[in-house]
Amino acid sequence: MRLFDTDQWEEIFDSLSKNRSRTFLTAFGIFWGIFMLILLMGGGRGLETMLGYNFAGFASNSGFIFAENTGKPYKGFREGRRWSLELSDIDRVRNCIAGVEVVTPLQQNWGSSAMAENHSCRVTVSGEYPEYALVDDPKIKFGRKLNDVDNQQHRKVCVVGTRIVEELFPQLGKDGNPCGRFIQVDGVYYRIVGVSGKSASGISIGGNAQTTVHMPFLTMQQTYNRGNRVGVLALTALPGYKMSDVQARTEQLLKRIHLIHPDDTQAVMKLNTEAVFGMIDSLFAGVSILVWMIGLGTLIAGAIGVSNIMIVTVKERTTEIGIRRAIGATPMDILGMVMSESIVLTLVAGMSGITLAVIILQGMESGLSADTPGAQFQISFGLAVGAASLLALLGVIAGLAPAFRAMQIKPVDAMREE
Amino acid sequence: MIHLKGIHKTYNNGSPLHVLKGIDLDIRKGEFVAIMGASGSGKSTLLNILGILDSYDEGEYTLAGTPIRHLSETRAADYRNRMIGFIFQSFNLIGFKNAVENVALPLFYQGVGRRKRNQLALEYLDKLGLRDWAHHYPNELSGGQKQRVAIARALITQPQIILADEPTGALDSHTSLEVMEILKDLHRQGLTIVVVTHESGVAYQTEKIVHIKDGLIERIEENLDPQKNPFGMSTQMK
Repeated sequence: MRLFDTDQWEEIFDSLSKNRSRTFLTAFGIFWGIFMLILLMGGGRGLETMLGYNFAGFASNSGFIFAENTGKPYKGFREGRRWSLELSDIDRVRNCIAGVEVVTPLQQNWGSSAMAENHSCRVTVSGEYPEYALVDDPKIKFGRKLNDVDNQQHRKVCVVGTRIVEELFPQLGKDGNPCGRFIQVDGVYYRIVGVSGKSASGISIGGNAQTTVHMPFLTMQQTYNRGNRVGVLALTALPGYKMSDVQARTEQLLKRIHLIHPDDTQAVMKLNTEAVFGMIDSLFAGVSILVWMIGLGTLIAGAIGVSNIMIVTVKERTTEIGIRRAIGATPMDILGMVMSESIVLTLVAGMSGITLAVIILQGMESGLSADTPGAQFQISFGLAVGAASLLALLGVIAGLAPAFRAMQIKPVDAMREE
Repeated sequence: MIHLKGIHKTYNNGSPLHVLKGIDLDIRKGEFVAIMGASGSGKSTLLNILGILDSYDEGEYTLAGTPIRHLSETRAADYRNRMIGFIFQSFNLIGFKNAVENVALPLFYQGVGRRKRNQLALEYLDKLGLRDWAHHYPNELSGGQKQRVAIARALITQPQIILADEPTGALDSHTSLEVMEILKDLHRQGLTIVVVTHESGVAYQTEKIVHIKDGLIERIEENLDPQKNPFGMSTQMK
């Protein structure tokens, strides 16, 4: 097999190393192209996984409904009337709207203060039923979630965010477990039964998840004297139903119940994570298209550079190729020679590009993993193999034009060059 | 060995140039022939056709019983490799290969293993007195040494015919003499040798001189005593 003859390889390296600077500059195009492509892809992936981590635990098909002042007079009521959602609405929505999975009320109080052992901080109080965990998972770090018994018995227990623990129990250290301790929120003592591990930058309803005190809905109803009023109605859609549809039908129902003008656009506030997640998805789709465009563009420019240089090289080596032809090289031998040079150049440059990019991505990953667990920058092995095959293909394509030009060289052309 | 009949060749570079206008030539096995003519006479074209480096338009050419006509590039390369050894005016060694690698190159294209071809190359270099220079690169060799490397390269495939295009053209008179002695020696060993030259000093060391003028054979001169030439020893070369 001539391909595996050491001479063939020696010749390739001879001719590549003879023109060191030219080889380097040519190779740099390919190197830079693949380096950028891999780095950008890894960076995009890292960003995506970082954000994904923040959104983790939040149902992507959930919706929220709030009451706002009415925008239109209706049935004798004036414009700008205050109204609020009521507990009875929850059952009605659950029974009348097709396609809802979870319907659960939320009660919130902003600007509360929490105290424990001489420390205090401002918190948001949120009263929840256990089902709310299906909409927004608290990602329990210590202890347990709130449960049905807590609600039935109106227990004064709570699940707190990590920031609250840091503020109120500094003696516990960064990762201390405060379960079993008591905190005073707005004058009432509650026992901590769990700590939510949610990060500050994720989606949360009603303020920063790290400074929220979650307590049973009924406990809050009682201690804050909320009566039948409900702050937020949270719902998720069954698979196959669109949240925007479900919300629109819920809105109509609520308007009928609360005597609001059917065309009133401001009385019922709606929030829909489907739309948010859709936006983020399309954002990342856009980013990845951009990454591929830039990376592939650079790579192709590099390949054209290789092709260009190889054409010059072939022209320079006309005499040498002529000699080879005169002493018995077939056109295929010459074709193979030029092609393998191109492929070797592309592969070596590309592999170093991949290697460097992988090293940098690894560094980024280990550097950032301390602050943001779940961030993954490293490209997959399959992608690396794919990139390598792409390089081989580019090498072949880049080698084609110069190789065919080299094949056209006749032995007599070489003599004539003299 | 070589049989040419009515060979015509026209180059079409802009205006057609009729270079060979019907060449009839027979060269028997073991002959030492010079093709002589002024520049532009068509002697190099004739050598290129003999060496299957170039095609011809009309006529017939038989080399060692094989008709050479409409060959594929691959077949032509194979014939060149196995039947013909080339010696060029400018040596045409490959600069980034040392002497042994240059000599071994034709065997590489025959698919001979690396160890074997390098050993053979060394043998041939030894025969030409270049053993000590075997691992030098062409730019470290003198003109005569380069030409001897080229001769070794021509011989390594054990061809039936040696074609030399102005083999002494780039050499001084002393080394020219050396190279001609080598060729004569090869001739004595029974090789067929065709030398193209415009120097009569070179031509008159052969046995048969074919004078070419304007694409036709002017006359063929038998040179029975190669040592004797009309210019005397002192003016033998240049």
